[in-house]
Amino acid sequence: MKKVWAFIKGCFTLLRQGSKLYYTWIYLLLAFITIGVLAYANQMYNGLITTAMRDQVSWGFYISNFTFMVGVAAAAILLVIPAYVYQWKPIKEIAILGELVAVSAMVMCLLFVTVDLGRPERFWHLIPKIGILNFPQSLLAWDVVVLNLYLVLNFSIAGYMLYNYYYRREPNMKYVTPLLLFSIPAAISIHTVTAFLYNGLAARPFWNASILAPRFLASAFCSGPAGMILMFQVIRKWTKFKIKDEAIFKIAELIAYAMFINLFLLGAEVFKEYYSDTAHLAPMIYLYQGLHGHADLVSYIWTATLFNITAFFLFLIPQTRENQITLNIGCILVFIGVYIEKGMGLVIPGFVPDVLGGFYEYSPTGIEMLVSLGIWATGLLIFTMLLRIAIPIMNGDFHVSDDGIHPHIGDELFLVRRVDEVEEEGDLLAQ
Amino acid sequence: MPDKETRDERVFRLTRRKALKGLAAGLGALALPKKDASAAVWESFFQKNFRELSRAEIQDVVSRLEKEYSTRYGKPVKVKTSPPMEGVLYGYGLDLSRCIGCRRCVYGCVGENNQSRDPQIHWITVLRLDKERGVDLEHAERYYNPANVPEEGHFYMPVQCQQCENPPCTKVCPVQATWKENDGIVVVDYNWCIGCRYCMAACPYGARHFNWKKPGLPAGEMNPDTHYLGNRPRPVGVVEKCIFCMQRTREADGKYPACVEVCPVGARKFGNLLDPQNEIRFVIENKRVFILKEDLNTQPKFYYFYSV
Repeated sequence: MKKVWAFIKGCFTLLRQGSKLYYTWIYLLLAFITIGVLAYANQMYNGLITTAMRDQVSWGFYISNFTFMVGVAAAAILLVIPAYVYQWKPIKEIAILGELVAVSAMVMCLLFVTVDLGRPERFWHLIPKIGILNFPQSLLAWDVVVLNLYLVLNFSIAGYMLYNYYYRREPNMKYVTPLLLFSIPAAISIHTVTAFLYNGLAARPFWNASILAPRFLASAFCSGPAGMILMFQVIRKWTKFKIKDEAIFKIAELIAYAMFINLFLLGAEVFKEYYSDTAHLAPMIYLYQGLHGHADLVSYIWTATLFNITAFFLFLIPQTRENQITLNIGCILVFIGVYIEKGMGLVIPGFVPDVLGGFYEYSPTGIEMLVSLGIWATGLLIFTMLLRIAIPIMNGDFHVSDDGIHPHIGDELFLVRRVDEVEEEGDLLAQ
Repeated sequence: MPDKETRDERVFRLTRRKALKGLAAGLGALALPKKDASAAVWESFFQKNFRELSRAEIQDVVSRLEKEYSTRYGKPVKVKTSPPMEGVLYGYGLDLSRCIGCRRCVYGCVGENNQSRDPQIHWITVLRLDKERGVDLEHAERYYNPANVPEEGHFYMPVQCQQCENPPCTKVCPVQATWKENDGIVVVDYNWCIGCRYCMAACPYGARHFNWKKPGLPAGEMNPDTHYLGNRPRPVGVVEKCIFCMQRTREADGKYPACVEVCPVGARKFGNLLDPQNEIRFVIENKRVFILKEDLNTQPKFYYFYSV
């Protein structure tokens, strides 16, 4: 126990050390978080009337962001599978980053749900024994369970491994491997359950399609890894951590397959709805063409579709997949494309037209955007902190010193533009 | 020596008082109540789900609420907890051939059930439909506003909670804050609802409404005859819905729901489905009846019919 305490103390010492850039970044995030907190205080004081949500569209930007972040958390298993099922070394070296993404994304998910509640102070009603968790009846209860489980699972795996590396010993894989393997079905379950949350509502034809859960999974395997590739580029340019090109290209290849499945399932759904042409077609017409003069989402969803298709080809063709510029463009396209498609593009057409045929066109208010900005900043702050600890440990720059008590810190700056990378770029230009 | 002892004791007392004061201030800040910071705030915060309260605890809750509402609205407010009556299952009939779309039911309901006036919350939505198209919700208009009703070529369909026998809204609630009572009325415990609005997404009839803002209910218009699970004043951030005026219908000297009473053309029928002699049974057995969105298997106890 004393050792754990020493480790935690060491981590806090480490967190306080960093370059000017590191501090600027942290303060920037803290500023955004402050703005978010103030916006949330405003929402608490006035009620959810400060959002654009109303009885017809009773979920909006918060739940859209929540849904998207559940997808991002999937990033972890796309690394865990090649690393620990196929024992592929280039990805095994970076698999822990996936778990850290999952931890940060899960915290964001829980925050997004919390700010959406009308009575957040009653959250304890959800805790079994003290309150009443309507399990297994309510899919929201399932979601509470699996999201928290997935958070704890990833935090424990990453925490245990880093703790052992800090004390310069190999983690006992007898404990870790089962947990890692369990994290694969756990990741699938968070998507499935979140999809079922919508899927189970017969009142909303747009969601009440059995293809929803598979589509969720497919798009999650695009957005999470795409975000991660972008982060890898930043990490290897600004920290000492080395990430091999082949690992990144392999992930990009996996995105291509996932995106193909995503687009195929979308096509299957579009065909079924348009060809059968029942009363249930209305939300899809609203989304893709506009209905009765209401067309707020049309330009967004076509942007998303165009982005996703473009990115699919960029990742499919080896030349563009293995070119830094087109690779990064592809990742940005996927991230934005899925953000629209799995966020507002999924949630809002569930409510428009509403169950009695009415139209209320929703677009988020400033308060909603500021609160969401605050949550994104919180997620990034947590992720930065986790990286600040994990990267030096993985590089051997942060471990217990020879006295067995005090930490040894070899990487005092953390965020610095790396010279060798600059040279490499120079070489590329010369060629 | 005694001097030092008393001094020590005083110091101890002072620090203890300070600590207690600090603690109280901290807890007060946590709860964020304004001037009326008192035991009542904590009692309501830690209140259990209504269905888990003992009879004595219900008494406490009711007297606390009655006190709170009576002070707030400046008149004696009654909060009833009358349970469902034995052998009663409520059913509702709505005669589409009579309804003229005047919306008196909408406002009769608002007055009886203490809905928010600012912003307006209506438990009943009246839809204007085209006679040519029939019951086609995709072409329904809820914001019609002519000088006179009924309008040529249109008919009207009021929609409110259908009190489903198989309600999709109650099973999705993550904390069991909403349930179906034995007389078929679907209720919400406003002190237990966390405001996640999953039930609103699940309801196929748009019957659930959310208090997006602190309800604006002028004291003069407040109806002091209330039920805990029904028309008592609602807090901000919770869901509410039609409860078949249980503060009227569940009493021994029972009255019809306000919407039935106020309807000028007698389009609304209400009664006990288990009583073969009841008017509602006559309607079901002898008229052309339909239920809304039958394919969803929600099994509404709200029957639309045509008498002519």
